[in-house]
Amino acid sequence: MAAERIYIFKRFERFWHWSQALLIMFMMLTGFEVHGLYSIFGFKAASELHTIAAWTLVSLWVFAIFWHVTTGEWRQYIPTLEKVDAMMKFYLTGIFTDAPHPFKQTTVRKHNPLQRLAYLFVLLLINPLIWTTGWFYLFYSSWEDWGIAGFLSLEWVAFFHVAAAFMMLIFFIAHIYLATAGHTVTSHIKAMITGWEEVED
Amino acid sequence: MSFINKTGWSMAMLFAVSLGFSGLMQTTEVQAAADAADDATAKAKSKSTADHSKFKELDVNFKSGPEVTKACIGCHTEAAKQLHTTKHWKWDYINPDTNQHLGKNNVINNFCTSVPSNYKFCTACHIGYGWEDDKFDFTAEEKVDCVVCHDTTGKYKKLPGLAGHPNYETIEWPPHSGKFRPPTDLKTIAQNVGKTSRATCGACHFRGGGGDAVKHGDLDTSLTNPKKHLDVHMDAEGLNFSCSKCHTADAHEVAGSRYQPTAKEDKGRLIPGSLDERNTATCVACHDNAPHKGSLSKMNEHTDKLACQVCHIPAYARGNQFTKMTWDWSTGGKVDEQGQPIKIKGSDGKVKYDSKKGDFTHDRYVVPEYQWFNGEVKWTLVDDTFDPDQILKINSFTGSADDGKSRVWPTKVFRGKQMYDKVNNKLVVTSLSDDPDSALWKNFDHKKAVEYGMKYVGKEFSGEVGFIETEMSWPITHMVAPKDDAVDCHQCHKENGRLAGIDGLYIPGANNTPLMDKLGLAIAFLTLIGVLFHGALRYIMHKRGG
Repeated sequence: MAAERIYIFKRFERFWHWSQALLIMFMMLTGFEVHGLYSIFGFKAASELHTIAAWTLVSLWVFAIFWHVTTGEWRQYIPTLEKVDAMMKFYLTGIFTDAPHPFKQTTVRKHNPLQRLAYLFVLLLINPLIWTTGWFYLFYSSWEDWGIAGFLSLEWVAFFHVAAAFMMLIFFIAHIYLATAGHTVTSHIKAMITGWEEVED
Repeated sequence: MSFINKTGWSMAMLFAVSLGFSGLMQTTEVQAAADAADDATAKAKSKSTADHSKFKELDVNFKSGPEVTKACIGCHTEAAKQLHTTKHWKWDYINPDTNQHLGKNNVINNFCTSVPSNYKFCTACHIGYGWEDDKFDFTAEEKVDCVVCHDTTGKYKKLPGLAGHPNYETIEWPPHSGKFRPPTDLKTIAQNVGKTSRATCGACHFRGGGGDAVKHGDLDTSLTNPKKHLDVHMDAEGLNFSCSKCHTADAHEVAGSRYQPTAKEDKGRLIPGSLDERNTATCVACHDNAPHKGSLSKMNEHTDKLACQVCHIPAYARGNQFTKMTWDWSTGGKVDEQGQPIKIKGSDGKVKYDSKKGDFTHDRYVVPEYQWFNGEVKWTLVDDTFDPDQILKINSFTGSADDGKSRVWPTKVFRGKQMYDKVNNKLVVTSLSDDPDSALWKNFDHKKAVEYGMKYVGKEFSGEVGFIETEMSWPITHMVAPKDDAVDCHQCHKENGRLAGIDGLYIPGANNTPLMDKLGLAIAFLTLIGVLFHGALRYIMHKRGG
């Protein structure tokens, strides 16, 4: 089985991915502490660090959005149902018998159809939910000025924020595992570090 | 007062403190000594344009308080008239919001319970002379006591039992103590009048409830010369606020009221010269509602629901003195084998049983109880009936999360068990001190005492005395700690934290969402198990296949 190497992830993309990964892990760690699930940093430090990380992530996203728009890379997230069944079948059976990966990565299609759907779910559901509620959380004292104090309660804002955080946690677990489900166990991970992915001929 | 005398006091105080005996000394003496020691500095610092010791009107050997007052109002022609309109003078007040007839002379509390029929004793804290019964002339100008508030010598003291007068003759004080108090030197006191101070306000307000630290919990003599950690504003070596810095007076009407407190304000800082007739004695009047800057600005997001005091007063009775927490009148009257009344001290050194009064408990560094409060206090007055099977709230703080006017306040809740009319289910006026035949503290007969008290105020009494459990709430607003000692976030932001049980608050870290947490963690856990299983299967199959 010969392998070919293609350049999938550009330098900014890799920087974005890993810094975002670190920030999200850190925000989950501090966020669930603020929620009261455990105590590591102490409430005060946890909430302050969570806020700092949030603003850092906002800055990172400003760059990331700019990058996606200007490079046209946002198209990578356009969903498709093509080969979804093949991907499902691969994860359920083929992967155990070392069957060939049904999806062939190229620089213009770097995510397999299941990935596309999963990332779209993150982009369209988890992120908006977590960002909007996080934003309301951050600007709690402006609710009165914005005229929304009557419609919002901190309790519900927090509820949806935490709900989204749990979804992120679940995504995170699956994401890490599926990172090992490429052409080889480490090929996806290597690609995310070096930019070069080994793909089957 | 001679120089030697002053030095003597200072030496005496130093000696006492160095031996660690200050707690055993009479607090009043320590106080007088401290005040005397500060006297010289106070005078040097005075910015007054008048030196009263140069006035010939005051170079008089006054025989009584009213004589001093006549001299005062000879120049300060309107002063007594101003005071005649105040709560300090009238002890009578109608709350315009609730129409309840309040004031010290009318309310019943769960400390010494009631003023009428006990005037000679209680009016040691009235700003007048001679209120000894219900015939007092409230229009007499010379009966206003100017010096109790304006004394700077620390030598002026109105004694319980003298109806608001200081002692003009040598008197054994405390009674039966074998100690004697010389006649009050009214001339020196009059020649040294000045601004009010923590000591003069404290002469009554630190000793509410019949002794130092008893009543309020956040007011006691430790505030006469406090260190910064006890009160960041009154810090004697720092900002050194007097009470009147916040409780400003306009024509002798002093700002701030326990009958009509200000629980929430959204108008921001009170600008000097503003025509806004707001209470000056609030945190917001100086600090506004968003005082935290920079990295602390998140704290501003608490001020819509929490009074500043919630975080900035981590405990009351922080001055090392014990405040009274409970008072059970029902156990009073026990005597020893000789038939004499007794006093028993507890391990804290405070009297825990007194035949005259019953059982007490005391505490210090007390974490407040928190309640929603919108500034409206509803009282159970002597004409109100109540359900004797419930704990009776003598005053209740109204307020809620959603009335838009409330904030959560720290309070001292004082719990008592006191006399009531068992048949009519009403609170009662009790004769405690003045009348020789009925006074509870002389006769130990609750029925007789209540009978006399109720007759005194012209109220009906069934003849049956019961004991009702009562609660009174006191807002905690003094003893403001420096910011580093403010309540830590995690004291509330955790399960069963300080504000647990206060409804209408969402506190991250305290109010978990148990169902969602369980569900979220369960799905996350199942996902983890799923991928581990999947991975293990891959590994095994791969080995086999390989």
